[in-house]
Amino acid sequence: MDQHTIPLLQVESLARHYGTIKAVNGISFSLKRGEVLGFLGPNGAGKSTTMKMITGNLAPTSGSAIIDGFDILDDPKQAKAALGFLPEQPPLYKELTVDEYLNYAARLNRIAKSTINTAVDNCKQRCGLEQMGRRLIGNLSKGYQQRVGIAQAIIHNPALVLLDEPTVGLDPIQIREIRQLIRELGQSHSVILSTHILPEVQATCDRVQIINQGELVFNDTIENMSERMQTTALLLRFKRPPPTSTILSLAGVQDVESVDKQTRRIHFLAEQDPTEALVNASVSEGWGLFELTPERMSLEEVFVDLTCREPHHDEAVQP
Amino acid sequence: MMILTLAGRELRSMFLSPLAWAILAVVQLILGFMFLSQVDTFLQWQAQIAMLDNAPGITEVVVAPLLGNAAIVLLLVVPLLTMRLISEERRNQTLPLLFSAPISMSEIVLGKYLGILSFLLIMVLLIALMPLSLLLGGNLDIGMLAAGLLGLTLMLASFSAIGLYISSLTSHPTVAAITTFGALLLLWILNWASNSAPDGVLAYLSMLQHLQPLLRGVFNSADIAYFLLFIFCFLVLAIRRLDADRLQP
Repeated sequence: MDQHTIPLLQVESLARHYGTIKAVNGISFSLKRGEVLGFLGPNGAGKSTTMKMITGNLAPTSGSAIIDGFDILDDPKQAKAALGFLPEQPPLYKELTVDEYLNYAARLNRIAKSTINTAVDNCKQRCGLEQMGRRLIGNLSKGYQQRVGIAQAIIHNPALVLLDEPTVGLDPIQIREIRQLIRELGQSHSVILSTHILPEVQATCDRVQIINQGELVFNDTIENMSERMQTTALLLRFKRPPPTSTILSLAGVQDVESVDKQTRRIHFLAEQDPTEALVNASVSEGWGLFELTPERMSLEEVFVDLTCREPHHDEAVQP
Repeated sequence: MMILTLAGRELRSMFLSPLAWAILAVVQLILGFMFLSQVDTFLQWQAQIAMLDNAPGITEVVVAPLLGNAAIVLLLVVPLLTMRLISEERRNQTLPLLFSAPISMSEIVLGKYLGILSFLLIMVLLIALMPLSLLLGGNLDIGMLAAGLLGLTLMLASFSAIGLYISSLTSHPTVAAITTFGALLLLWILNWASNSAPDGVLAYLSMLQHLQPLLRGVFNSADIAYFLLFIFCFLVLAIRRLDADRLQP
Protein backbone atom coordinates (compact mmCIF):
# COMPACT_ATOMS: atom_id res chain seq x y z
CA MET A 1 0.00 0.00 0.00
CA ASP A 2 1.18 3.52 -0.66
CA GLN A 3 2.14 5.00 2.65
CA HIS A 4 0.63 8.33 1.72
CA THR A 5 -2.87 6.96 1.49
CA ILE A 6 -3.04 5.26 4.88
CA PRO A 7 -3.60 7.74 7.66
CA LEU A 8 -0.73 8.33 10.04
CA LEU A 9 -3.03 8.39 13.01
CA GLN A 10 -6.28 6.51 13.30
CA VAL A 11 -8.33 7.16 16.42
CA GLU A 12 -11.30 4.86 16.90
CA SER A 13 -14.05 5.73 19.41
CA LEU A 14 -11.59 6.64 22.11
CA ALA A 15 -13.16 7.09 25.54
CA ARG A 16 -12.01 7.75 29.06
CA HIS A 17 -14.40 7.82 31.97
CA TYR A 18 -13.68 8.89 35.53
CA GLY A 19 -16.44 7.23 37.49
CA THR A 20 -19.59 8.71 36.05
CA ILE A 21 -17.78 11.62 34.43
CA LYS A 22 -17.12 11.04 30.76
CA ALA A 23 -13.99 13.09 30.16
CA VAL A 24 -13.74 11.81 26.60
CA ASN A 25 -16.69 10.04 25.14
CA GLY A 26 -16.03 8.12 21.95
CA ILE A 27 -13.90 10.32 19.72
CA SER A 28 -12.95 9.07 16.26
CA PHE A 29 -10.82 10.81 13.67
CA SER A 30 -7.83 10.28 11.47
CA LEU A 31 -4.87 12.35 10.47
CA LYS A 32 -2.98 12.29 7.19
CA ARG A 33 0.76 12.66 6.86
CA GLY A 34 1.89 16.26 6.83
CA GLU A 35 -1.38 17.63 8.12
CA VAL A 36 -1.64 20.21 10.90
CA LEU A 37 -4.73 19.60 12.98
CA GLY A 38 -6.07 22.12 15.44
CA PHE A 39 -7.78 20.71 18.47
CA LEU A 40 -10.10 23.34 19.76
CA GLY A 41 -12.32 23.39 22.79
CA PRO A 42 -13.12 25.19 26.01
CA ASN A 43 -11.13 24.36 29.12
CA GLY A 44 -11.98 20.93 30.44
CA ALA A 45 -13.44 19.74 27.14
CA GLY A 46 -11.19 16.69 27.02
CA LYS A 47 -8.41 17.93 24.72
CA SER A 48 -5.57 17.06 27.05
CA THR A 49 -7.11 13.73 28.02
CA THR A 50 -7.40 12.77 24.35
CA MET A 51 -3.79 13.72 23.71
CA LYS A 52 -2.60 11.81 26.76
CA MET A 53 -4.42 8.73 25.51
CA ILE A 54 -2.93 9.01 22.03
CA THR A 55 0.57 9.32 23.50
CA GLY A 56 0.16 6.44 25.92
CA ASN A 57 0.26 8.57 29.06
CA LEU A 58 -3.25 7.49 29.92
CA ALA A 59 -4.99 4.21 29.15
CA PRO A 60 -8.35 4.63 27.44
CA THR A 61 -11.49 3.13 28.93
CA SER A 62 -12.35 1.91 25.45
CA GLY A 63 -11.34 2.51 21.87
CA SER A 64 -7.95 2.54 20.21
CA ALA A 65 -5.33 4.82 18.70
CA ILE A 66 -3.13 3.51 15.91
CA ILE A 67 0.00 5.49 15.09
CA ASP A 68 1.87 4.65 11.94
CA GLY A 69 0.30 1.19 11.96
CA PHE A 70 1.11 0.43 15.61
CA ASP A 71 -1.53 0.30 18.31
CA ILE A 72 -0.52 2.40 21.31
CA LEU A 73 -1.80 -0.30 23.67
CA ASP A 74 -0.51 -3.40 21.89
CA ASP A 75 2.83 -2.13 20.55
CA PRO A 76 3.56 0.85 22.77
CA LYS A 77 7.28 0.99 21.99
CA GLN A 78 6.92 1.17 18.22
CA ALA A 79 3.97 3.55 18.45
CA LYS A 80 5.77 5.85 20.88
CA ALA A 81 8.85 5.89 18.67
CA ALA A 82 6.70 7.50 15.98
CA LEU A 83 5.42 10.34 18.12
CA GLY A 84 6.66 13.31 20.06
CA PHE A 85 4.62 14.91 22.80
CA LEU A 86 4.74 18.27 24.52
CA PRO A 87 2.36 18.13 27.48
CA GLU A 88 0.61 21.18 28.82
CA GLN A 89 3.32 21.50 31.45
CA PRO A 90 6.63 21.00 29.59
CA PRO A 91 8.47 18.06 31.23
CA LEU A 92 11.72 19.90 31.88
CA TYR A 93 14.44 19.19 34.41
CA LYS A 94 15.32 22.63 35.69
CA GLU A 95 18.72 21.60 37.03
CA LEU A 96 20.01 20.49 33.62
CA THR A 97 21.40 22.61 30.83
CA VAL A 98 19.60 22.63 27.49
CA ASP A 99 22.30 20.44 25.93
CA GLU A 100 22.25 17.90 28.76
CA TYR A 101 18.48 17.74 28.68
CA LEU A 102 18.22 17.27 24.92
CA ASN A 103 20.97 14.68 25.07
CA TYR A 104 18.97 12.76 27.63
CA ALA A 105 15.78 13.09 25.60
CA ALA A 106 17.64 11.82 22.54
CA ARG A 107 18.86 8.76 24.40
CA LEU A 108 15.42 8.09 25.87
CA ASN A 109 14.12 8.04 22.33
CA ARG A 110 16.72 5.48 21.33
CA ILE A 111 18.71 7.64 18.95
CA ALA A 112 21.96 5.89 18.05
CA LYS A 113 24.94 7.21 20.03
CA SER A 114 26.82 8.30 16.93
CA THR A 115 23.99 10.53 15.73
CA ILE A 116 22.95 12.08 19.04
CA ASN A 117 25.05 15.20 18.62
CA THR A 118 23.73 15.86 15.13
CA ALA A 119 20.17 15.31 16.32
CA VAL A 120 20.62 17.70 19.24
CA ASP A 121 22.24 20.38 17.07
CA ASN A 122 19.61 19.95 14.43
CA CYS A 123 16.65 20.36 16.72
CA LYS A 124 18.28 23.23 18.59
CA GLN A 125 18.68 25.01 15.30
CA ARG A 126 15.07 24.36 14.32
CA CYS A 127 13.78 25.66 17.62
CA GLY A 128 16.09 28.69 17.73
CA LEU A 129 18.05 27.44 20.72
CA GLU A 130 21.58 27.63 19.25
CA GLN A 131 22.74 30.21 21.78
CA MET A 132 21.08 28.52 24.76
CA GLY A 133 22.88 25.17 24.80
CA ARG A 134 24.89 25.80 27.95
CA ARG A 135 22.22 27.66 29.92
CA LEU A 136 20.34 26.01 32.76
CA ILE A 137 16.76 25.32 31.81
CA GLY A 138 15.53 26.73 35.11
CA ASN A 139 17.05 30.11 34.22
CA LEU A 140 15.43 30.39 30.80
CA SER A 141 12.36 32.52 30.13
CA LYS A 142 9.00 30.82 29.70
CA GLY A 143 9.19 31.22 25.93
CA TYR A 144 12.54 29.51 25.69
CA GLN A 145 11.45 26.77 28.06
CA GLN A 146 8.54 26.14 25.74
CA ARG A 147 10.97 25.86 22.84
CA VAL A 148 13.05 23.34 24.76
CA GLY A 149 9.82 21.41 25.32
CA ILE A 150 9.11 21.44 21.60
CA ALA A 151 12.73 20.52 20.82
CA GLN A 152 12.35 17.50 23.10
CA ALA A 153 9.25 16.43 21.18
CA ILE A 154 10.87 16.59 17.72
CA ILE A 155 14.39 15.40 18.54
CA HIS A 156 13.85 11.88 17.19
CA ASN A 157 12.17 13.25 14.09
CA PRO A 158 8.81 11.59 14.77
CA ALA A 159 6.12 11.41 12.12
CA LEU A 160 3.55 12.79 14.54
CA VAL A 161 4.02 15.68 16.94
CA LEU A 162 1.43 16.50 19.58
CA LEU A 163 1.56 19.88 21.25
CA ASP A 164 -0.79 20.57 24.15
CA GLU A 165 -1.47 24.30 24.45
CA PRO A 166 2.03 25.31 23.38
CA THR A 167 1.42 29.08 23.59
CA VAL A 168 -0.16 29.35 27.02
CA GLY A 169 1.52 31.92 29.22
CA LEU A 170 3.71 33.44 26.53
CA ASP A 171 3.90 37.10 25.56
CA PRO A 172 2.59 38.14 22.13
CA ILE A 173 6.00 38.14 20.48
CA GLN A 174 6.83 34.69 21.83
CA ILE A 175 3.42 33.47 20.69
CA ARG A 176 4.18 34.64 17.15
CA GLU A 177 7.55 32.91 17.21
CA ILE A 178 6.10 29.64 18.48
CA ARG A 179 3.35 29.77 15.84
CA GLN A 180 5.97 30.32 13.18
CA LEU A 181 7.83 27.29 14.54
CA ILE A 182 4.67 25.18 14.44
CA ARG A 183 4.05 26.18 10.83
CA GLU A 184 7.57 25.10 9.98
CA LEU A 185 7.03 21.81 11.78
CA GLY A 186 3.94 21.26 9.66
CA GLN A 187 6.12 21.07 6.57
CA SER A 188 7.89 17.92 7.69
CA HIS A 189 5.68 16.40 10.40
CA SER A 190 2.04 15.82 11.12
CA VAL A 191 1.09 18.04 14.00
CA ILE A 192 -1.81 18.01 16.42
CA LEU A 193 -2.11 21.25 18.28
CA SER A 194 -4.53 21.77 21.11
CA THR A 195 -5.59 25.22 22.15
CA HIS A 196 -8.50 27.27 23.32
CA ILE A 197 -7.26 30.31 21.43
CA LEU A 198 -9.16 30.53 18.17
CA PRO A 199 -6.93 32.72 15.99
CA GLU A 200 -4.12 30.33 16.72
CA VAL A 201 -5.93 27.62 14.81
CA GLN A 202 -6.58 29.97 11.90
CA ALA A 203 -2.94 30.98 11.89
CA THR A 204 -1.40 27.54 11.94
CA CYS A 205 -3.73 24.69 11.03
CA ASP A 206 -5.02 22.93 7.91
CA ARG A 207 -7.91 21.32 9.65
CA VAL A 208 -9.84 22.06 12.80
CA GLN A 209 -11.66 19.87 15.25
CA ILE A 210 -13.83 21.28 17.96
CA ILE A 211 -14.31 19.15 21.00
CA ASN A 212 -16.82 19.86 23.71
CA GLN A 213 -17.75 17.87 26.78
CA GLY A 214 -15.73 14.93 25.54
CA GLU A 215 -17.37 14.77 22.13
CA LEU A 216 -16.30 15.90 18.70
CA VAL A 217 -18.74 18.59 17.53
CA PHE A 218 -16.94 19.85 14.44
CA ASN A 219 -14.33 18.45 12.12
CA ASP A 220 -13.50 20.25 8.89
CA THR A 221 -10.86 22.15 6.97
CA ILE A 222 -9.99 25.73 7.80
CA GLU A 223 -11.42 26.88 4.43
CA ASN A 224 -14.81 25.39 5.17
CA MET A 225 -14.67 26.87 8.60
CA SER A 226 -13.94 30.30 7.16
CA GLU A 227 -16.80 29.92 4.72
CA ARG A 228 -19.09 29.16 7.57
CA MET A 229 -17.92 32.36 9.17
CA GLN A 230 -18.58 34.56 6.13
CA THR A 231 -22.07 33.39 5.30
CA THR A 232 -23.96 35.86 7.34
CA ALA A 233 -25.74 39.13 7.30
CA LEU A 234 -25.87 42.85 6.65
CA LEU A 235 -27.23 45.33 9.11
CA LEU A 236 -28.93 48.24 7.31
CA ARG A 237 -30.58 51.40 8.58
CA PHE A 238 -32.97 53.33 6.37
CA LYS A 239 -34.65 56.73 6.82
CA ARG A 240 -37.65 55.34 4.91
CA PRO A 241 -37.52 51.55 5.09
CA PRO A 242 -38.95 49.72 2.07
CA PRO A 243 -41.44 46.85 2.50
CA THR A 244 -39.87 43.51 3.34
CA SER A 245 -41.11 41.88 0.14
CA THR A 246 -39.16 44.41 -1.98
CA ILE A 247 -35.88 43.53 -0.27
CA LEU A 248 -36.60 39.82 -0.50
CA SER A 249 -37.01 40.16 -4.26
CA LEU A 250 -33.37 41.20 -4.63
CA ALA A 251 -31.04 38.47 -5.88
CA GLY A 252 -29.35 36.45 -3.11
CA VAL A 253 -31.42 37.74 -0.20
CA GLN A 254 -32.67 34.88 1.94
CA ASP A 255 -34.35 36.52 4.84
CA VAL A 256 -35.14 39.92 6.23
CA GLU A 257 -35.47 40.67 9.91
CA SER A 258 -36.88 43.90 11.34
CA VAL A 259 -34.72 44.89 14.26
CA ASP A 260 -36.53 48.18 14.93
CA LYS A 261 -38.45 50.79 12.93
CA GLN A 262 -35.47 51.83 10.82
CA THR A 263 -33.13 48.83 11.06
CA ARG A 264 -33.25 45.66 8.98
CA ARG A 265 -30.97 42.65 9.16
CA ILE A 266 -30.58 40.88 5.82
CA HIS A 267 -29.33 37.30 5.56
CA PHE A 268 -27.88 36.29 2.23
CA LEU A 269 -26.00 33.52 0.45
CA ALA A 270 -22.24 33.78 0.56
CA GLU A 271 -21.78 33.63 -3.20
CA GLN A 272 -24.44 36.26 -3.99
CA ASP A 273 -23.61 39.35 -2.02
CA PRO A 274 -26.56 41.77 -2.50
CA THR A 275 -24.80 44.80 -1.02
CA GLU A 276 -24.31 46.62 -4.29
CA ALA A 277 -27.85 45.93 -5.48
CA LEU A 278 -29.21 47.17 -2.18
CA VAL A 279 -27.26 50.43 -2.33
CA ASN A 280 -28.31 51.03 -5.93
CA ALA A 281 -31.95 50.31 -5.11
CA SER A 282 -31.82 52.61 -2.11
CA VAL A 283 -30.56 55.47 -4.26
CA SER A 284 -33.05 54.98 -7.07
CA GLU A 285 -36.04 54.30 -4.81
CA GLY A 286 -35.11 56.91 -2.20
CA TRP A 287 -35.06 54.61 0.88
CA GLY A 288 -32.56 56.86 2.56
CA LEU A 289 -29.91 54.31 3.47
CA PHE A 290 -27.63 55.88 6.08
CA GLU A 291 -25.88 52.95 7.69
CA LEU A 292 -24.58 49.63 6.37
CA THR A 293 -22.64 47.15 8.51
CA PRO A 294 -21.55 43.75 7.29
CA GLU A 295 -22.09 41.27 10.10
CA ARG A 296 -19.49 38.60 9.95
CA MET A 297 -19.71 35.63 12.23
CA SER A 298 -16.39 35.43 13.99
CA LEU A 299 -14.59 32.25 14.77
CA GLU A 300 -15.58 32.93 18.36
CA GLU A 301 -19.22 32.88 17.42
CA VAL A 302 -18.89 29.68 15.44
CA PHE A 303 -17.11 28.23 18.41
CA VAL A 304 -19.68 29.41 20.94
CA ASP A 305 -22.45 28.34 18.60
CA LEU A 306 -21.02 24.83 18.40
CA THR A 307 -19.97 24.37 21.97
CA CYS A 308 -22.96 25.90 23.73
CA ARG A 309 -25.50 24.00 21.70
CA GLU A 310 -27.89 21.54 23.30
CA PRO A 311 -26.43 18.05 23.24
CA HIS A 312 -27.44 15.89 20.28
CA HIS A 313 -28.54 18.87 18.23
CA ASP A 314 -25.47 18.63 16.10
CA GLU A 315 -26.14 18.94 12.42
CA ALA A 316 -22.70 20.51 12.16
CA VAL A 317 -20.89 17.25 12.68
CA GLN A 318 -19.27 16.11 9.51
CA PRO A 319 -19.10 12.40 8.91
CA MET B 1 20.84 0.06 27.56
CA MET B 2 17.79 2.19 28.36
CA ILE B 3 18.11 1.17 32.00
CA LEU B 4 21.70 2.40 32.06
CA THR B 5 20.70 5.70 30.47
CA LEU B 6 18.10 6.25 33.19
CA ALA B 7 20.47 5.09 35.93
CA GLY B 8 23.22 7.39 34.70
CA ARG B 9 20.86 10.32 34.62
CA GLU B 10 19.64 9.55 38.14
CA LEU B 11 23.16 9.30 39.48
CA ARG B 12 24.25 12.49 37.77
CA SER B 13 21.28 14.47 39.03
CA MET B 14 22.02 13.25 42.54
CA PHE B 15 25.51 14.67 42.36
CA LEU B 16 24.19 17.87 40.80
CA SER B 17 22.32 18.60 44.01
CA PRO B 18 24.20 19.39 47.18
CA LEU B 19 22.12 16.78 49.04
CA ALA B 20 24.20 13.83 47.84
CA TRP B 21 27.48 15.49 48.75
CA ALA B 22 26.16 16.56 52.13
CA ILE B 23 24.93 13.05 52.88
CA LEU B 24 28.21 11.46 51.85
CA ALA B 25 30.14 13.91 54.00
CA VAL B 26 27.96 13.58 57.09
CA VAL B 27 27.79 9.79 56.96
CA GLN B 28 31.52 9.54 56.48
CA LEU B 29 32.19 11.92 59.35
CA ILE B 30 29.92 10.15 61.81
CA LEU B 31 31.08 6.66 60.87
CA GLY B 32 34.68 7.83 60.94
CA PHE B 33 34.16 9.02 64.49
CA MET B 34 32.50 5.75 65.48
CA PHE B 35 35.28 3.78 63.83
CA LEU B 36 38.02 5.67 65.60
CA SER B 37 36.43 5.40 69.02
CA GLN B 38 35.95 1.68 68.43
CA VAL B 39 39.61 1.30 67.48
CA ASP B 40 40.51 3.27 70.59
CA THR B 41 38.49 0.94 72.80
CA PHE B 42 40.10 -2.06 71.19
CA LEU B 43 43.57 -0.72 71.84
CA GLN B 44 42.67 -0.02 75.47
CA TRP B 45 41.39 -3.53 76.12
CA GLN B 46 43.75 -5.34 73.80
CA ALA B 47 45.83 -6.78 76.62
CA GLN B 48 42.84 -8.10 78.54
CA ILE B 49 41.17 -9.48 75.42
CA ALA B 50 44.33 -11.36 74.50
CA MET B 51 44.15 -13.29 77.78
CA LEU B 52 40.77 -14.82 76.91
CA ASP B 53 40.38 -18.21 75.35
CA ASN B 54 39.20 -17.96 71.77
CA ALA B 55 39.84 -14.20 71.87
CA PRO B 56 37.86 -12.02 69.41
CA GLY B 57 40.01 -10.35 66.77
CA ILE B 58 39.91 -6.76 65.57
CA THR B 59 37.43 -7.65 62.85
CA GLU B 60 34.89 -8.80 65.43
CA VAL B 61 35.50 -5.99 67.85
CA VAL B 62 35.82 -3.09 65.42
CA VAL B 63 34.43 -3.97 61.99
CA ALA B 64 31.21 -5.78 62.88
CA PRO B 65 29.96 -2.99 65.17
CA LEU B 66 31.00 -0.41 62.59
CA LEU B 67 28.92 -2.03 59.87
CA GLY B 68 26.03 -2.48 62.31
CA ASN B 69 26.17 1.21 63.16
CA ALA B 70 26.43 2.08 59.48
CA ALA B 71 23.20 0.18 58.88
CA ILE B 72 21.42 2.29 61.49
CA VAL B 73 22.84 5.59 60.23
CA LEU B 74 21.86 4.69 56.69
CA LEU B 75 18.39 3.76 57.85
CA LEU B 76 18.03 7.46 58.57
CA VAL B 77 19.71 8.56 55.37
CA VAL B 78 18.30 6.30 52.65
CA PRO B 79 14.77 7.78 52.87
CA LEU B 80 16.27 11.18 52.09
CA LEU B 81 17.88 9.77 48.97
CA THR B 82 14.96 7.74 47.69
CA MET B 83 12.24 10.29 48.44
CA ARG B 84 12.63 12.24 45.24
CA LEU B 85 13.10 9.32 42.83
CA ILE B 86 9.58 9.29 41.43
CA SER B 87 7.64 11.71 43.58
CA GLU B 88 9.69 14.65 42.37
CA GLU B 89 9.06 13.74 38.74
CA ARG B 90 5.40 13.44 39.58
CA ARG B 91 5.45 16.80 41.30
CA ASN B 92 7.32 18.58 38.49
CA GLN B 93 5.17 16.77 35.94
CA THR B 94 8.16 15.40 34.10
CA LEU B 95 6.88 11.81 34.02
CA PRO B 96 5.25 12.34 30.58
CA LEU B 97 8.77 12.64 29.14
CA LEU B 98 9.40 9.06 30.21
CA PHE B 99 5.90 7.80 29.48
CA SER B 100 5.92 9.21 25.93
CA ALA B 101 9.32 7.78 25.11
CA PRO B 102 9.63 4.23 23.82
CA ILE B 103 10.50 2.76 27.24
CA SER B 104 8.59 0.29 29.36
CA MET B 105 7.57 0.90 32.95
CA SER B 106 9.94 -1.84 34.12
CA GLU B 107 12.83 -0.06 32.43
CA ILE B 108 11.91 3.19 34.15
CA VAL B 109 11.73 1.56 37.59
CA LEU B 110 14.85 -0.56 37.12
CA GLY B 111 16.78 2.42 35.75
CA LYS B 112 15.93 4.54 38.73
CA TYR B 113 16.67 1.68 41.09
CA LEU B 114 20.03 1.06 39.53
CA GLY B 115 20.81 4.77 39.80
CA ILE B 116 20.17 4.91 43.53
CA LEU B 117 21.91 1.59 44.03
CA SER B 118 25.09 2.85 42.37
CA PHE B 119 25.09 5.82 44.69
CA LEU B 120 24.72 3.59 47.73
CA LEU B 121 27.50 1.34 46.43
CA ILE B 122 29.78 4.35 46.34
CA MET B 123 28.83 4.93 49.95
CA VAL B 124 29.54 1.31 50.92
CA LEU B 125 32.88 1.58 49.18
CA LEU B 126 33.77 4.68 51.19
CA ILE B 127 32.71 2.93 54.40
CA ALA B 128 34.75 -0.17 53.47
CA LEU B 129 37.86 1.99 53.23
CA MET B 130 37.83 2.48 57.00
CA PRO B 131 38.24 -1.18 58.03
CA LEU B 132 40.55 -1.75 55.08
CA SER B 133 42.85 0.95 56.44
CA LEU B 134 43.50 -1.39 59.38
CA LEU B 135 45.40 -3.62 56.99
CA LEU B 136 48.19 -1.07 57.17
CA GLY B 137 49.02 -2.15 60.70
CA GLY B 138 47.42 -5.54 61.23
CA ASN B 139 45.49 -8.47 59.91
CA LEU B 140 41.78 -8.63 59.11
CA ASP B 141 39.41 -11.52 58.75
CA ILE B 142 38.71 -10.74 55.11
CA GLY B 143 35.95 -13.33 54.82
CA MET B 144 34.07 -11.81 57.72
CA LEU B 145 34.54 -8.31 56.36
CA ALA B 146 33.26 -9.43 52.95
CA ALA B 147 30.18 -11.06 54.48
CA GLY B 148 29.52 -7.91 56.49
CA LEU B 149 29.83 -5.67 53.47
CA LEU B 150 27.59 -7.98 51.48
CA GLY B 151 25.02 -7.80 54.26
CA LEU B 152 25.19 -4.02 54.38
CA THR B 153 24.86 -3.79 50.60
CA LEU B 154 21.89 -6.14 50.49
CA MET B 155 20.23 -4.24 53.27
CA LEU B 156 20.75 -0.91 51.53
CA ALA B 157 19.40 -2.45 48.33
CA SER B 158 16.27 -3.48 50.27
CA PHE B 159 15.99 -0.04 51.84
CA SER B 160 16.11 1.63 48.45
CA ALA B 161 13.61 -0.81 46.91
CA ILE B 162 11.04 0.06 49.54
CA GLY B 163 11.98 3.75 49.28
CA LEU B 164 11.50 3.68 45.53
CA TYR B 165 8.08 2.07 45.90
CA ILE B 166 6.92 4.58 48.51
CA SER B 167 8.25 7.42 46.36
CA SER B 168 6.03 6.20 43.54
CA LEU B 169 2.95 6.50 45.76
CA THR B 170 3.01 10.22 46.36
CA SER B 171 3.87 13.53 44.76
CA HIS B 172 5.39 14.96 47.94
CA PRO B 173 9.02 13.99 48.50
CA THR B 174 8.81 14.75 52.23
CA VAL B 175 5.82 12.48 52.66
CA ALA B 176 7.73 9.76 50.85
CA ALA B 177 10.74 10.32 53.11
CA ILE B 178 8.85 10.13 56.39
CA THR B 179 6.82 7.12 55.27
CA THR B 180 9.91 5.28 54.10
CA PHE B 181 11.64 6.06 57.35
CA GLY B 182 8.67 4.74 59.32
CA ALA B 183 8.51 1.58 57.26
CA LEU B 184 12.24 0.93 57.59
CA LEU B 185 12.26 1.53 61.32
CA LEU B 186 9.29 -0.76 61.77
CA LEU B 187 10.99 -3.50 59.77
CA TRP B 188 14.09 -3.00 61.86
CA ILE B 189 12.40 -3.32 65.25
CA LEU B 190 9.86 -5.92 64.24
CA ASN B 191 11.70 -8.57 66.27
CA TRP B 192 11.02 -6.67 69.52
CA ALA B 193 7.51 -7.98 69.39
CA SER B 194 8.81 -11.51 69.14
CA ASN B 195 10.63 -11.72 72.47
CA SER B 196 8.17 -14.37 73.50
CA ALA B 197 8.53 -16.34 70.27
CA PRO B 198 11.99 -15.87 68.81
CA ASP B 199 11.14 -18.05 65.82
CA GLY B 200 7.85 -16.32 65.06
CA VAL B 201 6.81 -14.72 61.78
CA LEU B 202 7.52 -11.19 62.99
CA ALA B 203 11.02 -12.12 64.00
CA TYR B 204 11.57 -13.70 60.64
CA LEU B 205 10.38 -10.58 58.84
CA SER B 206 12.68 -8.30 60.81
CA MET B 207 15.60 -7.13 58.74
CA LEU B 208 17.94 -7.06 61.69
CA GLN B 209 17.44 -10.78 62.12
CA HIS B 210 18.87 -11.39 58.66
CA LEU B 211 21.62 -8.83 58.79
CA GLN B 212 23.20 -9.93 62.06
CA PRO B 213 24.37 -13.37 60.88
CA LEU B 214 26.08 -11.74 57.92
CA LEU B 215 27.79 -9.23 60.19
CA ARG B 216 29.04 -12.13 62.29
CA GLY B 217 30.43 -13.64 59.12
CA VAL B 218 27.77 -16.32 58.70
CA PHE B 219 26.70 -16.60 55.09
CA ASN B 220 23.29 -18.23 55.10
CA SER B 221 21.53 -18.51 51.76
CA ALA B 222 18.14 -18.11 53.48
CA ASP B 223 19.16 -14.61 54.57
CA ILE B 224 20.33 -13.74 51.07
CA ALA B 225 17.05 -15.06 49.66
CA TYR B 226 15.13 -12.92 52.15
CA PHE B 227 16.82 -9.75 50.90
CA LEU B 228 16.49 -10.66 47.23
CA LEU B 229 12.81 -11.50 47.59
CA PHE B 230 12.25 -8.29 49.49
CA ILE B 231 13.87 -6.24 46.72
CA PHE B 232 12.04 -8.09 43.96
CA CYS B 233 8.70 -7.69 45.69
CA PHE B 234 8.95 -3.91 46.10
CA LEU B 235 10.31 -3.34 42.60
CA VAL B 236 7.34 -5.21 41.16
CA LEU B 237 5.02 -3.15 43.33
CA ALA B 238 6.63 0.05 42.05
CA ILE B 239 6.20 -1.05 38.43
CA ARG B 240 2.56 -1.90 39.10
CA ARG B 241 2.05 1.46 40.76
CA LEU B 242 3.46 3.39 37.80
CA ASP B 243 1.35 1.33 35.44
CA ALA B 244 -1.70 2.17 37.51
CA ASP B 245 -1.09 5.86 36.77
CA ARG B 246 -2.28 5.27 33.25
CA LEU B 247 -5.09 2.91 34.04
CA GLN B 248 -8.62 3.44 35.17
CA PRO B 249 -8.81 4.91 38.67
